[in-house]
Amino acid sequence: MNGAVREWLDERVPLADLVGALRHKTVPHHRYSVWYYFGGVTLFLFGIQVGTGALLLLYYRPSAAEAYESVQFVVTRVPFGWLVRSIHAWSANLMVAGAFAHLFSVLFLHAYRRPRELTWVSGMLLLLLTLAFGFTGYLLPWNEVSFFATRVGTDIVATAPLVGDFLVRFMRGGADVTGATLTRLFGFHVAILPAIATALVAFHLLLVQRHGMSVPPSVEQRANGDPSAVRQMPFLPHFLLRDLFAWTAVLVVLAGLSTFYPWELGTKADPFAPAPAGIRPEWYFLWAFQTLKYVPPSVVGLNGEFVAAAAMGAGALGAVLLPFLLRGTPRARRAVVWVGLGVLGFMAVMTSLALTEGAP
Amino acid sequence: MASDVSGRRNILNWLLGIWGGGVFGSVLYPVARYLVPPEIAEATTRTVSAGSAAALPPNSGRVVPFGSQPAIVIRTPGGELRAFSATCTHLDCTVQYRADLQRIWCACHNGQYDLTGRNVEGPPPRPLEAYDVNVRDDEIVIARRS
Repeated sequence: MNGAVREWLDERVPLADLVGALRHKTVPHHRYSVWYYFGGVTLFLFGIQVGTGALLLLYYRPSAAEAYESVQFVVTRVPFGWLVRSIHAWSANLMVAGAFAHLFSVLFLHAYRRPRELTWVSGMLLLLLTLAFGFTGYLLPWNEVSFFATRVGTDIVATAPLVGDFLVRFMRGGADVTGATLTRLFGFHVAILPAIATALVAFHLLLVQRHGMSVPPSVEQRANGDPSAVRQMPFLPHFLLRDLFAWTAVLVVLAGLSTFYPWELGTKADPFAPAPAGIRPEWYFLWAFQTLKYVPPSVVGLNGEFVAAAAMGAGALGAVLLPFLLRGTPRARRAVVWVGLGVLGFMAVMTSLALTEGAP
Repeated sequence: MASDVSGRRNILNWLLGIWGGGVFGSVLYPVARYLVPPEIAEATTRTVSAGSAAALPPNSGRVVPFGSQPAIVIRTPGGELRAFSATCTHLDCTVQYRADLQRIWCACHNGQYDLTGRNVEGPPPRPLEAYDVNVRDDEIVIARRS
């Protein structure tokens, strides 16, 4: 019976070809191999986001009058609603962390080199998309903190010359952060961004399959410049099982965090209440938030916020285009490591300042 | 003969391009316009009641709706009533009165304004817009300056 079903399927679906290809696939095995798992972990968390997001959709109501109450209903009345919401929130944070770990490991292992330039570009776009998911999802519970975070976040683009006002209206669905903003960001969060992300993930994975895992230059050198001399591990089952083990470990951490530190809902947003003391954004935006505190109102005659936002935008653009800006020399690679460490250090210092600084 | 064929092929390519461009443009234009929300004319609020004057002791403040925007009414330690827009000129957060600092304070990025609404500390680039304050019986009435 089993054989007959398999035969029937084989005739119609090229499963055997796929499994055959995977059986031949190998993964380089060396001292930095552990960093290969972060892309898969990020993908796993993305899957969790899709699943829990779909579940939340069954109860969530995207309007200013009902959003907060509907989330409250999910976490207080729906069986396991608190767990589903908590997992969605925690997994979002872990996914950002996973994506950043993946980015910096790819950067420090120089995996962006030819022919993987477009893998890097699509990965960077996916990271920016992940942050956009975070930003658009943040407002959806319609609580006090998310309301002001969205006001600040959308107002930063207002400082852009010529198109600033247009962009703010585009993001807010009007002049202010209102129910129209909530509906709009909801649409972005559950339809537009997932559509783009799915296409980009497919492209990214296709390229990863096409080119295989990159071998770091230092490992390549040790193998006398011959990448095929580097020890390999079969993908099926060795690497896949390790991947699954990593995913299980992440799931355990996620379940622990979601159960013992359930994500708070806070108080409902009130457009006529002052911003609460101690307000701050999610940890992955803290470095930018702290930097904004130090930027003076005016920098060389230009709006300070605009200068800061333009500098961050230029940095992001430079990061996306990194493989095209570099020459393939060891010196350029060393420079990349130092600049990468500098950026990491800056983010770490600004984040810790934001965490330790109290209100006056 | 050969150039005749490539000439015809060129024309066909052009026609295909125009066809494709036309379809693409006729889909993209309405979608792009759809994404931009329409301007909705708002009735501009000129005057608004900001509650009881007696209930606002010296060295305190209150945030009230002014049309669709928040406004802040403060009573200075000297007893004088003043009103400003409560929208921080830095990045749009809503400010509050800090009795301990005797200043108007924004919790988001630690911007501070003095009791005349002037930006005196932190990142705010401009003073808060000041409103006129009148008291009718016990009711505070704030009005936009013309």
